[in-house]
Amino acid sequence: MKGHIAIPLILVAVVLAVWEVGCRWAGIPDFILPPPSRILTVAVADAALLLPHAGITLVEILCGIGLALGAAIPLAVGMHARPAIEKALAPFLIASQAVPVFALAPLLVVWLGYGLASKVLMAAVIIFFPITVSLLEGFKSCDRNYRVLFELMGASQWQALRKLYWPWALPYFFAGLKVGVSVATIGAVIGEWVGAQQGLGYLMIQANARLKVDLVFAAILWLSLMGVGLWGLVGIIEKRCLWWKGAAGE
Amino acid sequence: MLVIQELTKRFNGRWIIEDFNLTVPTNGFTVLIGPSGCGKSTLFDLLMGIVPMDRGRIAWQGKPTANLNTLAAYMQQRDLLLPWLSLEKNACLPAELAGVPARERTSQARALFAKLGLENFESYLPDRVSGGMRQRCALARTLMFARDLVLLDEPLSALDAITRRQLQAHLLLLQTEFDKSILMVTHDVDEALLLADDLLVLTAAPMRICARFRIDLPKPRRIAAPSLLEMKTRVLARLEKEAAW
Repeated sequence: MKGHIAIPLILVAVVLAVWEVGCRWAGIPDFILPPPSRILTVAVADAALLLPHAGITLVEILCGIGLALGAAIPLAVGMHARPAIEKALAPFLIASQAVPVFALAPLLVVWLGYGLASKVLMAAVIIFFPITVSLLEGFKSCDRNYRVLFELMGASQWQALRKLYWPWALPYFFAGLKVGVSVATIGAVIGEWVGAQQGLGYLMIQANARLKVDLVFAAILWLSLMGVGLWGLVGIIEKRCLWWKGAAGE
Repeated sequence: MLVIQELTKRFNGRWIIEDFNLTVPTNGFTVLIGPSGCGKSTLFDLLMGIVPMDRGRIAWQGKPTANLNTLAAYMQQRDLLLPWLSLEKNACLPAELAGVPARERTSQARALFAKLGLENFESYLPDRVSGGMRQRCALARTLMFARDLVLLDEPLSALDAITRRQLQAHLLLLQTEFDKSILMVTHDVDEALLLADDLLVLTAAPMRICARFRIDLPKPRRIAAPSLLEMKTRVLARLEKEAAW
C-alpha cells in the first residue's frame, strides 16, 4: 500500500524538480512559465481570491454530476430493459460525444445565459456519456446463468434490476463515474471561458489577459486538486457500496 | 409423476434430442447418465423452458404443461450464489421474490441451514466459505423454491471427491426428508448408483435412453456393496459401448 502512494509521489516530485530547476537554469520569466514554487506561493497567497471562484466551479461540477447521474441511470436502465430504446438513442448518444464541447458552449450560453445553468449543463454533457455507457455495459455483462436463475425464480423486471443487475453493474458504474468526475472540470471551465462572471475558468481568462500566468497556473492547480478530490471521494463511496468485494478478499 | 413424451430438439440442422420419453415417479430419484455432450443439460433447458422445444409433451401429476418453469426447482452445475448477499439471503431469494414475509422465509432458511450443516454461517458471504458449503447453500435455495419436483444438473461436478461424498448424503435428504421427486444428471457412475432408484443410460446425440437399471437397494448405500459393484460393471460396460459408437 505504501508503494502505491510512494511511486506517484516520487514521480510528481521528480517532474516538479526538473520543472523548477529548468525554469531557473534557463531564466524563463514568470509571465511565460513560472516555476512550481512560484505557482504554489500564488495558489496559497491568493487563496482568498481563488477559493470563491473555485467554490463556484465546484458547485457547477457537483450540479453537473447530479444532473448527469439523473439522466444516465434511467437512460441506461431503459436501454437495457428495452433494446429498441438503445437502438433508437445510440446515434444521439454517440453524436453527443462527437460534437466538440467547444462548439456547444456558446450555444448553451445563448440559450441558458451567463449563469450557473449553462456551465452545469456543459459539465453534465461531458459526464453523462461515460456513466451511461459503463452502466449499460455492466448490465449487459451479467452472467446468463444468473439471468436464467432469476427468470426461474419468477423475478419481475424491477426485482431483477434491484437484486441482480444493479449490484452486478455497480463496479462498471463506478468506473464510468470516475472517468466522468475527472473530466467534469473540462465542461465547467469551457462554459466559464465562453461566458461567465465567476469561476476558475473566468479567473483564468482574466489572469491570462493580464499576463498573470502564475495565477493561471494556480487556478489550474486548484482545478487539479478538485479533480483528484472528486476522484478520491468517488473511490471512497465505491468502497462503501462494494463493501462485499473487500470483505471477500480479507 | 413427471411424464415426458417425444421430446425433440434440433440445433443448426443437427438432432440433439429426438423422440425422448421419460417417466419420473412421484418421490422417485431418477438419474440420467451419459457421455459428455450428449444433450443432458439441453434436456433440462428444454424442460425448464429456457430453450424452446421443437416437439414434445410434458405432464406433471397428470396435467399437461408447456414447461416446468413454475413447477420445478432447478439446481445448476454452478452454485450461482450472489457474491454481495450473505448465505442466508442467497438461500432466501426465491421466497423473497415470491413475496414470502421476511420472518417466515428466514425461519425456513435457518431450519434448512441446520439440516444441511450450515448453522452459524448464515451471515457469511459466499466467497468466505468452501465450495461444499456454497453448494449446500445452493441446495437450500433450491429447497426454498417450495416445489415438489427438483431438477439437478450435475450439482456436485465442481467439487472434490471427499466433499462430493458428503454432499451426496445431503442430496438424499431431498427424497427422504423433503419428499421431492428428483431428476438428476451426472457423469459420475458411483454417484448415480448411490442415489438413484432408476438409473437411465443415455446415448450420444441424438439423445435417447439405451438402458435402464432399477436399483431397489436401501439408502444410504455403500459403493463397495457387491450388488452395486456388479451393477457398476454393467453400467460402465453400457457406457463404454455408447462411447465406442
